[in-house]
Amino acid sequence: MGSITLEKVSKSFGTTSVIPEIDLEIHDGEFVVFVGPSGCGKSTLLRMIAGLEDLSGGRIIIDGKDMSKEAPAKRGLSMVFQSYALYPHMTVYGNIAFPLKMDGQEKSVIDKKVKDAAHILNLTNYLERRPGQLSGGQRQRVAIGRAIVRQPKAFLFDEPLSNLDAALRGNMRLEISDLHHQLKTTMIYVTHDQVEAMTMADKIVVLNAGRIEQVGSPMELYRSPKNVFVAGFIGSPRMNLIEGAEAAKHKATTLGVRPEHIRISTTEGAWSGKVGVTEHLGSDTFIHTQIDGIGQVTVRTDGDFDTKHGQPIFLTPDAARLHRFGADGQVI
Amino acid sequence: MATLQTRATARIMMSPAVILLFLWMIVPLVMTLYFSFLRYNLLMPGTEENIGFLNYQYFLTDPAFFTALANTLILVGGTLLITVIGGILLALVLDQPFFGQGIVRLLVIAPFFVMPTVSALVWKNMLMHPVNGLFAWIARSFGLQPVDWFAQVPLFSIILIVAWQWLPFATLILLTALQSLDGEQKEAAEMDGAGAISRFIYLVLPHLSRAITVVILIQTIFLLSVFAEILVTTNGGPGIQTTNITYLIYMQALLQFDVGGASAGGIVAVVLANIVAFFLIRLIGKNLER
Repeated sequence: MGSITLEKVSKSFGTTSVIPEIDLEIHDGEFVVFVGPSGCGKSTLLRMIAGLEDLSGGRIIIDGKDMSKEAPAKRGLSMVFQSYALYPHMTVYGNIAFPLKMDGQEKSVIDKKVKDAAHILNLTNYLERRPGQLSGGQRQRVAIGRAIVRQPKAFLFDEPLSNLDAALRGNMRLEISDLHHQLKTTMIYVTHDQVEAMTMADKIVVLNAGRIEQVGSPMELYRSPKNVFVAGFIGSPRMNLIEGAEAAKHKATTLGVRPEHIRISTTEGAWSGKVGVTEHLGSDTFIHTQIDGIGQVTVRTDGDFDTKHGQPIFLTPDAARLHRFGADGQVI
Repeated sequence: MATLQTRATARIMMSPAVILLFLWMIVPLVMTLYFSFLRYNLLMPGTEENIGFLNYQYFLTDPAFFTALANTLILVGGTLLITVIGGILLALVLDQPFFGQGIVRLLVIAPFFVMPTVSALVWKNMLMHPVNGLFAWIARSFGLQPVDWFAQVPLFSIILIVAWQWLPFATLILLTALQSLDGEQKEAAEMDGAGAISRFIYLVLPHLSRAITVVILIQTIFLLSVFAEILVTTNGGPGIQTTNITYLIYMQALLQFDVGGASAGGIVAVVLANIVAFFLIRLIGKNLER
């Protein structure tokens, strides 16, 4: 079981407040992703849950017990670090067995658990190697192996994929999601990459400057962002945020429209302008256009759409999917 | 050094330095070898002639030789033991953040800047002197009989002095190694349930192993030839209780004016140092390969 509740948790270093006050409920078995730009306090929050940082205020309750002041090892959580933090002088076996050894378990039990973990993670052939002899993805799996043998109440991941190349990142994303379905253990995952958040999470927590901007399922956040920050952060390419006269026409300070919710045409439409840079991805084409009286607008269209730089173009936003934000940045 | 041409150029450019260094090493060595086969005593000038291995025979059968050999090894081993263990402990303390860290680090390094002769004199006259020394004063203020260090435990006293000089070196090397330990590894071990002692045994000590090897190797080289501390404090005495190989050779050459015998001793010392180095490398050198 692994439900985690944060009650008015706050953190400040000296006089600078990093996290003002956060309340959050994480249910058993959920895959929660903390996402936000760098420096928004998401890693600090994770480290506070892990017990590696002291709380300045508030309480952390794990499975109904107040763990705010407990040592990291007593909280029953495991963590996968950004640098993997493997022990370089131990073999893969030694690394995975270390938490069990520290727990004082019997050799035969340790052996079985390590072999099981290695089997799940496809590491059976590498048990005698040292971390220095492994590739990035394998090291990552060893770090996860070290985390799962303890059978923790929850896993904490601190930007675990940021050191991998793009292809491997895609694979590991699938593997971690798969692992979550197999183990059904609570997972808290920190990332600055909204793609990771969207693809893996049951629940996304968007953080900005230590505050929670919005909590919800990936599609909730995509469909109805509560404010300009979430609107701009979730979705790729990012939402077009239009200010000025065009926004005022819709009785809003900021008008948001996603690139995929704009119809593009060479002959007619609501907005007219010129084509700027075009990015062909094969399946999709991103066209950055310069619209008269509005400025830059990005459009996503199918892969076969052909344009030239400087060509006149017409755009029509989908009226049903416009997002209107007030002067305070909140949705209207 | 990518191409053949650059490699050749590099060799030519390096050669003056290499040749000079080579001569610097080979000329004294060959001369020492040559002298070691001569009857060459400064008190009997003009009688130099080749006497084969007689110098070696005299040196190796000298009863003082084996005592000196044992003293050398005890001196090296004892100093290594104190400096490595003390160095690890000091490095662990200095790695903690505390007020006045910079000044304390400077103070710890200071003994290394004191010349061996000076530090030996300070220890002899101000600390270990049985009448005026600080240790004697401390002993007396507790109502104890002061220890006459250089008469009662002469070799241990020398080891203490030499260890005091080399402790900063060990501390410095081990401290830098300690600072390069990845913080996330420590945190990972903490989350894995390892206490402070387990973290030290399973994480810190393996991480330090390479630095410890470096400390042992470098210190051994210098400790085999400790001389000034002995000359200033005990003159190899009482008897030959603190005579090491270096000091024995000095006595041979400059107290008995036997250049030939001393040269033979010098060659024996070179061979011994190589034997020690061989075993050291075999024993701990594999740490350096990783």
